[in-house]
Amino acid sequence: MAILDVRNLVVDIPTEDGAVHAVQDVSFTVNEGEFFGIVGESGSGKSVLVQSVMGLIPQSKRTGQVLFQGEDLLTLSPEALRQKRGAKISMIFQDPLSSLHPQYTVGWQIVEQIRAHERVSKEAAKARAIELLEKVRIPDAAARFDAYPHQFSGGMRQRVMIAMSLSLNPALIIADEPTTALDSTVQAQILDLLAEMRQDFGATVLMISHDLGILSRVADRVMVMYGGRKLESGASDSVLGNPAHPYTAGLLRSSSFNRAPGTPLIPIAGRPPSLLSPPSGCVFRDRCPNAMDICSEAPPLQRYDDGTESLCWLTVPPVEPPAPELPPAEIIASSDDTIVEVEHLTLTFPQRRGDDRTVLDDISLSVRRGETLGLVGESGCGKTTLARAIAGLIPPTRGVIRFDGEDTAGLTGAEWRQMRRKVQVVFQDPFGSLNPKRRVGSIIGDPFRIHRVASGEARLARVQELMEIVGLNPEHYNRFPSQFSGGQRQRIGIARAIALNPELVILDEPVSALDVSIQAQVLNLLDELQRELGLTYLFISHDLAVVRHVCDRIAVMDGGRIIELGRAETVYGAPQQAFTKKLLSAAAPEIPRVERERQLVSASGGAL
Amino acid sequence: MSVFSKDTKLITTPGYAAQKVADIQAKSSAQLTLARLLRDPASVISAIVIVLIALFAICAPLIAQWTGHGPAEQFRETGLSAAGIPVGPNGEFLLGTDQLGRDVLVRLAYGARVSLVVGVIASLIASAIGVIIGATAGFFGGWVDTLLSRIIDLVMSVPFLLVAIALVAVLGPSLGLSIVVIVFFSWAGLARVIRGQVLAIREREYIEAARSLGESRLSMMFRDVLPNLVVPIIVYTTLGIPAAVVFEATLSFLGLGIVPPTPSWGNMLADAANGSMYMVAPWMVLVPGLALLALTLAFNLLGDGLRDALDPTSSKGNKA
Repeated sequence: MAILDVRNLVVDIPTEDGAVHAVQDVSFTVNEGEFFGIVGESGSGKSVLVQSVMGLIPQSKRTGQVLFQGEDLLTLSPEALRQKRGAKISMIFQDPLSSLHPQYTVGWQIVEQIRAHERVSKEAAKARAIELLEKVRIPDAAARFDAYPHQFSGGMRQRVMIAMSLSLNPALIIADEPTTALDSTVQAQILDLLAEMRQDFGATVLMISHDLGILSRVADRVMVMYGGRKLESGASDSVLGNPAHPYTAGLLRSSSFNRAPGTPLIPIAGRPPSLLSPPSGCVFRDRCPNAMDICSEAPPLQRYDDGTESLCWLTVPPVEPPAPELPPAEIIASSDDTIVEVEHLTLTFPQRRGDDRTVLDDISLSVRRGETLGLVGESGCGKTTLARAIAGLIPPTRGVIRFDGEDTAGLTGAEWRQMRRKVQVVFQDPFGSLNPKRRVGSIIGDPFRIHRVASGEARLARVQELMEIVGLNPEHYNRFPSQFSGGQRQRIGIARAIALNPELVILDEPVSALDVSIQAQVLNLLDELQRELGLTYLFISHDLAVVRHVCDRIAVMDGGRIIELGRAETVYGAPQQAFTKKLLSAAAPEIPRVERERQLVSASGGAL
Repeated sequence: MSVFSKDTKLITTPGYAAQKVADIQAKSSAQLTLARLLRDPASVISAIVIVLIALFAICAPLIAQWTGHGPAEQFRETGLSAAGIPVGPNGEFLLGTDQLGRDVLVRLAYGARVSLVVGVIASLIASAIGVIIGATAGFFGGWVDTLLSRIIDLVMSVPFLLVAIALVAVLGPSLGLSIVVIVFFSWAGLARVIRGQVLAIREREYIEAARSLGESRLSMMFRDVLPNLVVPIIVYTTLGIPAAVVFEATLSFLGLGIVPPTPSWGNMLADAANGSMYMVAPWMVLVPGLALLALTLAFNLLGDGLRDALDPTSSKGNKA
């Protein structure tokens, strides 16, 4: 039984630059009681799809049909749609902090939601709210009823959101990236909770995510979106285990959790198309390793015997392109050649009220020349603070940081400036770490200017050379950061960091803000640069799969301490600490390959 | 729901960004701003009004020549009735005359010069001071911030008219003094805004990136902080002009600003109020009053329009 039946949905959103064709001719059905996943990179139209279905994008132009329990949501009046929202269809958003009102207690907000749709007494609503909070396993629910959102952690807030979405027994729960803002261990708990609630309440869940690993774990069926189109759909294990569409195959090849460590990721080349003027024919044609001449014409929707649908001309399984070849490493890391030594480093922040807060607690660590050391931990464990301390951006309270055998505490200002040439940082946020008002050429040229290495024409030449190295078009030096995509901006950040030939580059979550296919491009670039320039990396991440893929050694941090340190495979294969085991079990598992021939049943649409 | 309308207005998908890259040769940010501004009728009309008033002010000597009336010249025979009452608008005096038989049109033109000069100069100086003080306070923090913030508080709590009257009583009214008084009382607002913005920008990652490269603090301030404040500075300076114009008119109205017989809109209004002249000659209050209203309204609307055009993400969300 289909609870949601979307037929030929087209969504256009008018903007200043013209209409964004966010969703183009998408059809899918969600069956009653199933866990349906929509996966896609940013800009694939997946969020717009569900938001416009719910009438949450008022200025969008929609055509097609969205049948929910037999009723077309697109033709409902705003008032009728409002009554559906919450009561019949509820939504869970990505950011649990901004979706809860900070000025009201959590309990009040649930009661309010119940009473907005049903005529029940306050007491009855409160009893139900407490019951719900218990269901989502909030400890001591009756007492926490009167707590405010800021008194809950991120994971607890998302539990509250789930409780709220369940409060009216909706037939369909739409979860838009519900775990993206959470730590991986919490993420796993929330996913389990969602799956469990689906069992208990018999609700249907439609979850949107950019993360293939997450969806492969929980979804019954998945739909892969790209450039506003549905490229592939079908049962989760057969789509992800044996993709019929080259795009899905490409995504899996560029996901680090799905590739054996040491084997290079195979990124999807290029960038997603503009939704302002999507290409005619196949939207994926320009990046597709299997592209043929016929792909310039609109591809047909091919149905296979196992229920998989693929919007592609290809009738055979997609082929794997050759892995990029890597140059031999310049330096082989050895244990007697350390570049940074940290001894008994402690860092405390004074607090306005109460005791000082200890962020780093007696940390000792050494980074070997030429290696990649991974620093893993959940948010708030102090990994970024440690990196900042090593980069000399925060003075340590106690302890010694030695760089090339020299104690950094004794350095004068001028000596520090020299030291900065050797340690560089690539920041997490490719949007925040580049000044939006300055041209890219001058941003990348900053190191040359500050250290008076080159000026004028010579500096420009060096900048263009760097842009070439990191894979940017050197003619774009005159543009502003806003004119580049996320992955390109991260390349700008990398170019700036390697400008002065540093010895150590601190990478603070360099790929966590990027899409999977772009992540792979950047990770491969970093690998290449390390081999060619003999760099040493300190790689900070919360993503164990990425760390395992790129790092030689891994340090696991928890509560300001390093609790485990060892070779990547040792930590991964035989973890010693309970926390490490917990982290590992929360990380996405490799998706099992399903090797099976499928038979083409029918093909419809297309240009023939 | 504002959460979504903001997103939809500004979908920065990689594809969208790519499109912007493709368009880059065609549209610079100044051109984009101009295009947005031109789409807002209120801004366009305001800009036209401002340009017309500016032309009017620049052409004041031409108007005097054309009518044959000097700004302070008195026409007791033709400009006043037999009973000594000002004559209304007619063929010779297009906007009538005042109580001394002077041509209101010519005086209005010369008054516009005073208003615009005082408005623009005072606003520019006040902005410069506000930016310097605000940025210094925000960027250096610590005791510098405490000291400068208290000074800002102090200036904002001083009663404007009392000090103005006291100053003029001691030093005597003049154009220069008016500007000094207006600047003194208008820099603090912008300084406070700039300080807040600098505090916010100081925590951004690109500032940390600059620090990690070893950038000096002064150069960080000029290269990384100030360029990001261009929008509030432009908007506040534009909005500061009408405030300064009204300040000047107030001072002149009270006889503390421009010294008669030099015309200014403020002392023209004062003439109209004197002995209730407006009862018999309503144009004496209507003409400068409406001109003042038009100029300040135009600048305020243009300021609002500029803010929307320069920073479409800030307020368009609720309009969409």
